[in-house]
Amino acid sequence: MDQIVFLTEILFPALIGGTVITLELIAVTAPIGLLLGIAIAVGRTYGSWTIVEICKGYVIFFKGCPLLLLLFILYFGFPTIGITFTAFTAAVIGFICCNSAYNSEYIRGAMLSVQQGQLIAAKALGMTKRQAIINIVLPQALRRAIPGISNEFIYLIKYSSLAYVITVIELTGSAKQVATKYFMYTETFIIVALFYLAIVTVATIGINAIEKRVAIPGFVQK
Amino acid sequence: METTEYILKVKDIHKSYGNVEVLKGVSFNVKKGETKCFIGPSGTGKSTLLRCINQLTVPDQGQIWLHDEEVTHAGPRINYFRQRIGMVFQNFYLFDHLTAVRNVEIALIKVLRMNPKEAREKAMYELNQVGMADWADHYPAELSGGQAQRVSIARALAMDPDVILFDEPTSALDPELTREVIEVMRNLASLGMTMLVVTHEMGFACSAANEILFMENGRVIEQGSPSDLLNNPQFERCKAFIGQYHGFHE
Repeated sequence: MDQIVFLTEILFPALIGGTVITLELIAVTAPIGLLLGIAIAVGRTYGSWTIVEICKGYVIFFKGCPLLLLLFILYFGFPTIGITFTAFTAAVIGFICCNSAYNSEYIRGAMLSVQQGQLIAAKALGMTKRQAIINIVLPQALRRAIPGISNEFIYLIKYSSLAYVITVIELTGSAKQVATKYFMYTETFIIVALFYLAIVTVATIGINAIEKRVAIPGFVQK
Repeated sequence: METTEYILKVKDIHKSYGNVEVLKGVSFNVKKGETKCFIGPSGTGKSTLLRCINQLTVPDQGQIWLHDEEVTHAGPRINYFRQRIGMVFQNFYLFDHLTAVRNVEIALIKVLRMNPKEAREKAMYELNQVGMADWADHYPAELSGGQAQRVSIARALAMDPDVILFDEPTSALDPELTREVIEVMRNLASLGMTMLVVTHEMGFACSAANEILFMENGRVIEQGSPSDLLNNPQFERCKAFIGQYHGFHE
């Protein structure tokens, strides 16, 4: 078969379909993973003893559990106790657990680096702890956590390919189908790699733009 | 018993950190419009005392009243008292992610629930008071130490507090920047702001204070008007301490 025809008629349409699923996985996971990561980081830094221990346990468990294994448990294990997820939902739940655990650690580190005195100054103005965390600590911590969160976001783009193992036909899955059917492994997988590279590049440019936009004037030396 | 005369009463404050007793029973009363300066060697509990007044540090024993309401043991109501008691820190502690004017208005909006337009007007008024109106849109990292401290004074003033606590406001500044901050404080004192100032600036203490309290080892060991204390200190330690400054300024 003609190479050009294979690319334009078969591979690209399949990969575009897969890319849409990959982007959907990321689009659902990333915002929830970030919000949950913030909540866990705040809980672990400022919560009561019980909340601190729960957050610690969450982070230790999901940092320690291999993501692929987690997906197997969610997709193949949970139905045996009566809880059934679609493959897509199982993948998203697994990704959110992993993503939020790592994000929370980046954010926690950034929160601890915010000058303690500013929290004291906020209290001295009559702010409650909650007001001080929301208005003073988090706006600064989230800015400082951008490099870490960005790292985790780029990992997410790539580990989203694990969803293929639990039957989600995302980018890697759609490529595998085409490659097997037409016996075009090398060409297909190289092109898929370029697709991931393109997604990662766009994400990196976007994150850099955000980081620049929210940078505090005078704060970071050029 | 005459109680209404004083706006702030501090009674028998004790505070220990582990085995070290930092404050060993400090009492004093403050009248409206008064400026009191706390002087004495480092590590004698002056800053801890200020922090006990707005409960940033909780004293082990003793009471504090603001307008006959007890500040100690206030529970969640402590946030109300902190609105009424301003504080200025040695290291400014401006909010790094906010411009000067946002630093001043944020508590007005979030704590006092003032509407943003009113809060902005109030914040600009206070920045103008400390000569920082032209710097309203600058971030803390773009300000000199003296400018940052003036903004932090404006931030405290904006809440219209009953009293402002100054915790070594010029100790992180060089002499020139110290002068501009002292100028602002002197002005406040003359406008009738009630101020408690922990300072090593004897010039300010002598000229602006109604009363100087000399502290050592967690106690106020001598107190009086600047002229009494400077010209006729009763205690040897106070004499020696003040003598250093006399010598220094010659």
